[in-house]
Amino acid sequence: MKNIVIIGGGIAGVETACALAEGGNHVTIIERDDKLGGKLNQWYCLFPDFKKSTQVLDYIKNRIKNFDIELKLKSTVEKVEPNGDGYFIHTGNVRYAADAVVLAVGYDLFDATRKEELGYKIYDNVFTQADIEAKFRSGDLNTTFGKAPERIAIVHCVGSRDEKCHNMYCSKVCCVTGVKQAIEIAKFLPKTEIFCFYMDLRMYDKHFEELYRSAQEHHNIQFIRGRVSEVSATPDQRLSIKTEDTLSGRPMKMKLDMIILLAGMEAKKNTRQVARLFDVETEESGFLRSQDFHLGAGILSRKGIFAAGACISPMSIKETIENARSTAMQVNQYLKTL
Amino acid sequence: MQNLYTVSKDYRKEIADDKYYYARSCIRQNFFPGSEVTFLNILKKDLDRDVFDDPKHTTCTGIAYHSDVIPFDTIQTVVARHFALMSENGYENFIASCVTSFGMYIEITETWKHFPEQLELIREHLKKATGREFMIPKNIAHTSDIVYKYRMRIAEQMKYPLVNAKTGQPLKVVDHIGCHYAKMFPDKGEGGAEFTQVLQGMIKAWGGATVDYPERRHCCGFGFRQYLVQANRGYSVSNSKKKFESMQPYEPDLIVANCPGCAMFMDRWQYTLNEMQGTRYGASDTMIPVLTYEEMAGLVLGYDPWDMGLQMHQVDVTPLLDKMGVKYDPDGKYRTRTGRPIGSYTPQQSR
Amino acid sequence: MDFGYTTLETRSIDYDKFDRKLIEYLLQYEPSLLVCMACGGCTATCSAGNLVDFNIRRIQLMVKRGETDTLKAEIDKCMLCGKCMLICPRGVNLRNVVMLIKKKLSIDSGQLATKNNIK
Repeated sequence: MKNIVIIGGGIAGVETACALAEGGNHVTIIERDDKLGGKLNQWYCLFPDFKKSTQVLDYIKNRIKNFDIELKLKSTVEKVEPNGDGYFIHTGNVRYAADAVVLAVGYDLFDATRKEELGYKIYDNVFTQADIEAKFRSGDLNTTFGKAPERIAIVHCVGSRDEKCHNMYCSKVCCVTGVKQAIEIAKFLPKTEIFCFYMDLRMYDKHFEELYRSAQEHHNIQFIRGRVSEVSATPDQRLSIKTEDTLSGRPMKMKLDMIILLAGMEAKKNTRQVARLFDVETEESGFLRSQDFHLGAGILSRKGIFAAGACISPMSIKETIENARSTAMQVNQYLKTL
Repeated sequence: MQNLYTVSKDYRKEIADDKYYYARSCIRQNFFPGSEVTFLNILKKDLDRDVFDDPKHTTCTGIAYHSDVIPFDTIQTVVARHFALMSENGYENFIASCVTSFGMYIEITETWKHFPEQLELIREHLKKATGREFMIPKNIAHTSDIVYKYRMRIAEQMKYPLVNAKTGQPLKVVDHIGCHYAKMFPDKGEGGAEFTQVLQGMIKAWGGATVDYPERRHCCGFGFRQYLVQANRGYSVSNSKKKFESMQPYEPDLIVANCPGCAMFMDRWQYTLNEMQGTRYGASDTMIPVLTYEEMAGLVLGYDPWDMGLQMHQVDVTPLLDKMGVKYDPDGKYRTRTGRPIGSYTPQQSR
Repeated sequence: MDFGYTTLETRSIDYDKFDRKLIEYLLQYEPSLLVCMACGGCTATCSAGNLVDFNIRRIQLMVKRGETDTLKAEIDKCMLCGKCMLICPRGVNLRNVVMLIKKKLSIDSGQLATKNNIK
C-alpha cells in the first residue's frame, strides 16, 4: 500500500484523494481550514445549470465517507524532506511519509480593492461576485440602503487581462459567472435593469453560450462592450460609472444602484511559498507550472509531486473535478513505476 | 455617500521632515502672488522649519517641455542645474511649489533610474554648460506634501477652522489635485492617483468636509497645449465646465487646488463661463471661491487675507471670509500695505 | 462676450437621459432585437451599406442607447432587401425592426393614423 499526501481539502483535493483511495492507497489530506470544500463553501449556486453548490459539497462529503482517508484539518506543511523515492511531510509535530504528493492548494479571488478606481470598499453598494453569492444565500438582494436596486452593472475582467495588476491571463469562469448572476438577479428582481460591461465574452462551453443567449432573450440582460474606467458617487446616493460603448465608439455614463465586480482568480498568496517548500516550478503568474499543457496538466517539475485544481490554472467546478480525476490517474501510473 | 478610502501601503509617501530646498513656480507667483510667501512664512514662523528660497533657480521649463517647445535633454539639464544649486547650498530635500515641476523632477529622476546612460549624458551637458556637478535629491516632495505632513500641527495653532462660523457646519470643500501630482507616478502621491489624500487630509484636519463629486478625478482642463493656443481653449474651458456642473449639486463653499495651473483655471474659467453663457456656480450668486492650499492654510492660521493677495483672485473671496468669520479690513482690499490704491473694483453684474 | 473660443458639448452617451418609448415599442413587436450580439454580419452583407453611409448594426445599437436624432434620415436608406436577416446568426428580424421604426416615427409625427391619434 502506497502513502499519498494531498495538500488542500477543497473539491480538487478531496476528489483526488477519493480517486486515489479507491485505488487502494493510503491517503492523508492536510487542510489549513477547519472544514473541507474550500472556496465552494462561499458559493450559492453554479453555472450553467444553477445546481446548488451544497449539492457538490454534499457529494464530496458523502464520497469521502466511503474511504479511510486521514484528515488533518487546521494544519499547514512546515517542512518537506526527501525519503528514498518519496518524501517526509512535516506538519506541527507529525511526520507523514509520502510516496507521492498532490498539491491542491486552490486559488485566491482577486482583491478588488486593488482596482481602486472601481470603488470597492470605498463606496456603498460596490460588491464582488463572492459578496453577491453571500447575498443570494441570505436571500437579501437589497442595497445597503435597504432598497431594491433599480439598476445593476456587472463589470467583467476585474483583475484579469490587466497589466496594471500584473495579471495578463483570462480567469475564464468570470464571464459565465456574471451571466449566471445576472439571470439569478433577474429572476429575483424582474423589474431591475441589468447590464454586463465586458471586453470579450468568453463563453467557452456550449452551455455557457446558451446561457448567454437566454440572458438576452428571456431576461433582458443588456451587454455593453466596454471596460468601466471609473466609479464615483452621485449626490442622490447612487453610483455613476464611465465606460466606452465601444460598438458605437462613444463614451458613456450611467447611474446605478449596485455594481458587481467579477474579480478574477489568482494564484494563492502562498502558492509560491508552497512551491518553494516542495521545490516545484511556478509560472510568472504564480500558478504551478504543469510539465505538459496537453498531456500532463497535473505533473509538476519534481518527481512524485503532482497538482490538481485551480492552483494550476483558473478552472470551473466541472473542470476541477475532471482535473482531479485525471491527476489521480497520473499519480497511479507514477506509483506503479516505483 | 461616504468615501471609505484608506491609503494602502503602495501609496504611502515618504516626506522629509526638515531642511528643504525650495523651487518656486513660474505661474503660482504670478497668478497668486502671496501664496508662496505664505508657504515660506508658515514653514519658517509657524512650523520652525529650515527652508531655503534660492534666488538663483530658474523655471524648470516644464510648460515649454509639455508644449513641445523645448526637448527632453534640455529640461533635464535645467533640472540638473537646480539639483546642483541644492547640493551647493548643502540641502538634500527638494520641494517644488508647482505640480508640473514636481512631476518633471519625478519623471526625470525616474528616467535616470532606468536609463543610467542618460544621467551620465546630462552630467556631461551640465558640466559643459555651467561647470556644475549635481547630486540627485534624497527626497523630492511637492510643497503641499509638507503642509499635509504638518497639518495636525497647523490644526493646533488654528484660528479660523474651515467651518461656517454662523451655523457651525463644516464648509463643503472641493479638492482638486492636478494631474501631474500623482497620475504619472501614483506611488509618488499620498493616496495614489484616484483618491489622493494630500488636500483631503488638510481639509479634514482643519474642520472642513470634502465634496466627493462624480468628476472629482477629472482634469481641470489646463492641459498646456489646450490653453496656450487660443483656438484650443474650448477644450480647456469645456473640461472645467464639466467639473463645475458635476460639483454644483453639492453647492461647495470653496475649491482648493494643489496645482497653480488648476487654481488659476478653476478661478478664471468661472468668470469666462459667466461671460460666455451666464452660468454661475456655487450656492449663492457669488461663484465658488478658489484658493491654493497655502492660502487655505494661511487663512486657517489667521494670516491677513490681503497680505496673502486674496484680492488678486477672479472670484471674490469675501463671502468665504465672512462665512468663516475671518476679520479683515474691507478698505484694505485694494490698497498696498502703505495705503496706496492698487486699482478700483467694479462689481461684476449678475447675468 | 466673444473670447475667440467656446465650450464644446459632451459626446458622452448619457444613459439616464433617453426616452425609452421607441425601444420599448420595438421590443414589444420584435423581441428578437434583444439577442443581437453585434457581430456586424448584417452590415457586411447590406445592399444599401455597400453604396451609401448606412450601418444597420449601428442603427439598432443607437436606438438601444436612445440616440435617435438622425434616425429618420438614416432609416430611409434601407432598401428592405432582407439580406441582413439571411445572414444573422441570432435570427434578428432586422427588416421588421426597420419597418417598425418607420411606423413609430410616422405615428409620432402624426402622419400615420392610429386609434390613439385619430381626432
